[in-house]
Amino acid sequence: MQIQIRFFASLREALGLSSLSWQTEATTVGALRDELIARGGVWAEVLARGRAVRAALDQAMVGDDAALRDGAEVAFFPPVTGG
Amino acid sequence: MSASAASASAQRRASVSIRHEDFDLGSEVAALREGMPAVGAVCAFVGTVRDRNEGESVATMELEHYPGMTEKSIEAMIEQAFARFDILGARVVHRVGLLQPQDQIVLVAVSSMHRGESFQACEFLMDYLKTQAPFWKKEVTPEGARWVDARVSDDAALARWGIESGNA
Repeated sequence: MQIQIRFFASLREALGLSSLSWQTEATTVGALRDELIARGGVWAEVLARGRAVRAALDQAMVGDDAALRDGAEVAFFPPVTGG
Repeated sequence: MSASAASASAQRRASVSIRHEDFDLGSEVAALREGMPAVGAVCAFVGTVRDRNEGESVATMELEHYPGMTEKSIEAMIEQAFARFDILGARVVHRVGLLQPQDQIVLVAVSSMHRGESFQACEFLMDYLKTQAPFWKKEVTPEGARWVDARVSDDAALARWGIESGNA
């Protein structure tokens, strides 16, 4: 399925990319993260499983189990630091 | 709309503004109180940019957000505050973009009939915002620019309200 992926803050900077149209085989947010890690290089580095990366699906915070659907908007970002 | 629904909505005021421009505490509080004679208490918190963080001096701070999600997440927090506390109004203003030390960053103002509910709801909203609203701070220090790390103590602050954060 086709999804839109967005990156923010340190992830956006490290990847040099704020959004990406992506054809995925993954059915969950966690599997999508692993799929991106498998691209290697900077992708493997910034999304590495040991790093604190948070995710949102259609603009709501979610965990790895959240189910993807065609046309979904997924975002990856570091822990939030507003206020 | 029934008469009771109309009066209920007239007795409740909530809004969120994410923007570059500064805010004026007096005007914001006045707007929260205007035409609401049931209000007997307003509690407002203003967060400002410190000139030092983690032992380094801070020259400037840049705030990034997730347009759309940031507004939605704060609106959801305000919904929770209305469900938990007997409050009449809530206003959140959060600035984004480039800020200097001493600049105002965030305003959370809550109105209620009595002070206890406003104090609590104001703190609840700030604890929530710190760990759940998608904002990211980047500081420029003499050592260069750096992204600010999330604090475990902010997760602990939200846990006091019985809410698991898992941010930091």
